[in-house]
Parts: sequence; C-alpha cells; structure tokens
Amino acid sequence: MHIVVCIKQVPDSAQIRVHPVTNTIMRQGVPAIINPFDVFAIEEALRLKDRFGGRVTVLTMGPPQAEDALRKAIAYGADDVILLTDRAFAGADTLATSFALAQTIRKIGEEHPVDLVFTGKQTIDGDTAQVGPGIAKRLGLQLLTYVSAIDALDLQGRTITVQRRSEGGVQVIQTRLPALITMLEGSNQIRFASMDDMFRSARLTVPQWNKDRAGIEDVSKIGLKGSPTVVSKIFTPKPRAVKAQMIGADLDASGTANAILDILGSRHPRLAQELGLIAP
Amino acid sequence: MSENTAAPAKPKGKKRLELDPRLAAYKGIWVFVEMERGEVHQVSWELLGEGRKLADILNVELGAVILGAGSDELGAAARNAFAYGTDVAYVVADPILADYRNEPYTKAMTDLVNRYQPEILLLGATTLGRDLAGSVATTLLTGLTADCTELAIDPDNRGLLATRPTFGGSLLCTIQTLNYRPQMATIRPRVMAMPEATPERRGRIVSENLQMQEDDIIAKVLEFIPDDAQEQAQLAYADIIVAGGRGMGKAENFRLIWDLAAVLGAEVGGSRPVTHAGWLPADRQVGQSGKTVRPKLYIAAGISGAIQHRVGMEASDVIIAINNDPNAPIFDFATYGIVGDAVQILPVLTDALRSRLAVSRRAG
Repeated sequence: MHIVVCIKQVPDSAQIRVHPVTNTIMRQGVPAIINPFDVFAIEEALRLKDRFGGRVTVLTMGPPQAEDALRKAIAYGADDVILLTDRAFAGADTLATSFALAQTIRKIGEEHPVDLVFTGKQTIDGDTAQVGPGIAKRLGLQLLTYVSAIDALDLQGRTITVQRRSEGGVQVIQTRLPALITMLEGSNQIRFASMDDMFRSARLTVPQWNKDRAGIEDVSKIGLKGSPTVVSKIFTPKPRAVKAQMIGADLDASGTANAILDILGSRHPRLAQELGLIAP
Repeated sequence: MSENTAAPAKPKGKKRLELDPRLAAYKGIWVFVEMERGEVHQVSWELLGEGRKLADILNVELGAVILGAGSDELGAAARNAFAYGTDVAYVVADPILADYRNEPYTKAMTDLVNRYQPEILLLGATTLGRDLAGSVATTLLTGLTADCTELAIDPDNRGLLATRPTFGGSLLCTIQTLNYRPQMATIRPRVMAMPEATPERRGRIVSENLQMQEDDIIAKVLEFIPDDAQEQAQLAYADIIVAGGRGMGKAENFRLIWDLAAVLGAEVGGSRPVTHAGWLPADRQVGQSGKTVRPKLYIAAGISGAIQHRVGMEASDVIIAINNDPNAPIFDFATYGIVGDAVQILPVLTDALRSRLAVSRRAG
C-alpha cells in the first residue's frame, strides 16, 4: 500500500498579533509549523501503515524552507518526502495549487502506484478546505472529506469504509480505492518521534522537485497564470475601540461572580430577563 | 507560493480584463439550497437574502438550486426559496440524491451550471457546502473564494468582490474571479442576516433530471448516525455560549464549563487547541478554522483571544472573559474581563447563578 500525505508549512497563526498602534501584522519571530490540521492526516496514514504495511510519502509545495516541515514528517515516521518547489508556482490559488499537487502525485504514482491520499481538513492560514477536493477531482479519486475514523480497509477488494462528519450526524460511507481523505481534527493523536527516525530526519537530504521533475509542462495551469482568483485588496480589520471593563479586581471569587451578575442585571436587563436572572 | 487567499502578498492591483464574450453570456445569481435529511439548512435562506441584494444591483434573476429525493420536501423548499426572494428554482429530484454524496451532487450542480450559466454561485460554508463547492469549482475550472464575510459588486465590471478573513483572521482580503465563470463563493452560517419571508411571493420552477444511474456511483452510504438532538452542537445559532480554552488546564476541567452551560441553558464551545487536543469534539470549535457565532452572551474561560478565535465570536453582544493573564488579548475586545483562574471562578459563578435563578423563580 502506498499513501501520499499532502501537508503545508504555515505561520503559527496563534502567535500572530496585530500591532496595537499601527494595526499592522507583527510577523517577526512567528514560527513556521506544519499546518496543525495536517498532523492528523500524517498520524492516520502512519496508523494505516502500522496495520497494513506499505509506505507513506509526505509531499509539500512551498519555498525551500518548507523542508523543515518535511524533516518533521520523517521524524514522525514517514518513509519518503518530496518538496515541490519552483518559482513558477508563485501566486497559485487553490485551483492552481491542486493542479500542481495532482500532477506531482500522478508522477509519484508512476513509480509506486498510490492507493490513498491524505490531507488535513483545511489550513490555518488560508482556511479554504479547497485543495483536498481539488486534488481528488483532478485525479479522479473518490473524495472523503471530514473523516473522523477509518472503519475498514480491504486492500484485496479495493474498498474503504469511513465515518465522515456531516452537519447533522455521521455518515458511514463505503467507497473504492484510490481515494482522497481529508482528516478531521481531534480524531487521533500524533505519536512521539522515535530516536531512529529523529536521526534519519537529521541526516536526510530533502528531495526537491521542480515543475519539470513533477511532469508539469503546461505553465498556464500553475502559479498566477493558472489562478482564476486574484487578491485585489488587503486590509486590516477595524480595531475594536473599547477595551474590556475589568470586574472584581479587589474581590474574591464569590464577590467577582456576584459583581458580574449584578452588572448583567443592571446594564443588560433584557439579557438578564432571558437568562431568568430578573423577572420580566 | 502559498494559496493567494492566504499569504498577505502584495495586492496585485485591479486587473481590468474584458470578459470573454463566451463568459459574458453567464447571467444571474444562484444559491445552493442545502438539504440534509429533508431539512433545509438556515444558511441557505441567509444566502438567498444576500443573493437577492446582489441580483437587484445587477438587475438579474435570483436562482435557487434544490437537489434531493422527495418531491414533497423539494416542493416545500422551493416555496420557501420563493418566499426568501428566489425568482427561479432549479430542481433535480432523484432517489440517488437522498443522502449527500459528492459524485452525484457534483454532477447535478455542474450540469445545471453548464446548461443555465449563472455568473455567481453561492454556497453555505458547511461541511456539505465546502465538500461540494471545492469539487464543483475544480470540475468547472473556475475560481472559488471560501468563507466570505462580505459580498459586493464591482461597479466597473459587474464582477463579484468577495471579502474574507485570511491569515487566521489577522487580515481581510478582497478576491475577484476574473476571466472565469461562474464566480463561486462560500459563506458561513450566521454571517449574513436572515431575510424576512414574503410567503405570498411566487416564482418559476425548472425541473431537470439527474443524468446518472445508481450503478454509476461508487460511494455507498451504509448508515447515517444522526447526532443526539441533545448532544448536537447548535453553536452557530446559540443565544448563549460558554467556551473554554487551553487555560482550563485539562480535559476533566471542562466539566466546569458544561456545568455552567447547563445552568444557563447554553451551548458549549472551545478554542482550537482544545478541539485539537480532543477535549471537545471538532464541531464545537469557535473561530476562523471553526464556527462563526453571534450569541447574546459569550463567556470565554481560559481563552487567550488569539485572532483566529476572535474572528469567530467578536460579533457576540456581550462577551465575558475570564483569564489569569491580565495582558491576554481577549481583554482588548471583551465587554467585561475578570483576571483569575477560570477553574476556580467558574464553579463559584455557577453556584451564584444557580442561587439567583432559584430566588428569581420563586419571586416570579
């Protein structure tokens, strides 16, 4: 079995702050991490490998420094990694990104046919959740989004059964391989890196593929040219002018609790009525 | 080379491209009416309200795409769609469409688009809507902008201006789809206002067949396990939410969140670290990568207020934040702040609330 996991290196958005005076983004010192949603995809792929054997290839498209993310993937236990990097990809939107990744997976599959592709549910910087479905459609893979559990995998019969999250419940769905799965967060917990894998990661020369290596000939489908969408304006959200009114600085917990309930009653009477704090 | 929706790269400036004449034939605004198990998701009505405004600006028709199995349900959905401003309901009824599956829904939608050629197609940014939107956009090779918070029309070229948060919500960017049609966008539940219904309003129904047989479809739904009505997170539409963050310390401490929520009749939410750690199910995450909420009261316990969380809840009427770090960013935008350990304050607040409720009930 061969699994390809697509990941993205992203800035840790939890550590991004907006400068309180200039209202601009403070990016300095914000570390680059593996998109947290992708970590669940890596772990699920490794679990399948533990159960069924085979190999896990982790793929990312990005600038040269994205190799750090791939090193981390090797430390977790991935067998192979590929960094797809080429200036020609710059400015790609999700459609162009899915084209480049799909072509690369096709190329990878020429050597080792691919049974499953995993991605995270979305990234924390773009938040679009569009690249996974895009890759699936371009490769004609069965698409399984928001998967919380893999119930069964039958490599002989070429079928897979998963639980996927839908708005009002969980769909148990069976389909055929090859398939693309976008993994729901919280569905597993990433393993600790083993000593061996950490050494392997440290020694590794990350293989870099450019567009030619990935078999991409049509440059009208990648980068800016291949992107139907353009960003026409970027701006910072309006700052909220008022800071919180602090309650109970000189009170104990009980005094604080009562103070906040008093305030709700006096300043937000309608809300307090709905809560049942004061009689209508 | 990140997705251009993501990186705060330099804006590329407004390209004034003449629309290909073939694409200029695309006319009208469409909204996908999302039905699951016979129920229309409220986000569909919210989008019809917004679509109506855009259609009036462009002076075109508003279409509603209604896909499903039962003709009674579809008829009812069409009548409601008319009441919320739809001119034409495009209906595909087929038993194959009973449960949502990517293949037949993508096929039904792309066939309709290719045949009737709308210039704009809007879908709810739900799990279903996002699965479908990404597939349809790739199949049609057109642009799709996710999770928009504002839609407008460019007076210069009739194009859609889709504004969305990016970079975890630190920035907003306006995205245009130039020489491709339809221009697609998803919008989250609760972002657009619910329109007023005009029950006597009527429209036209266009019925189409699904050009597929069950044998053509590889994926089979073996079972649907509906969420327990009580367990089901109705976060987006909740009036009161109690949410916990990493500051709650450990999974067991979330009992304190649930206790307060029970007394308030509130829904429970959490920040991203909490759902990633498995302390709460993923569908209870509030924030840019979770749900957008706008309750009347939002209690944030042990949540620092990172931008990614903030954009999902700052539209709440009243925000009470409890955090032991006096410099936590949540105090920059909460209505009321309490500096202290949420694990200690929550049970005291729950008790105080319980006894007041008992008193006011006796009085009432």
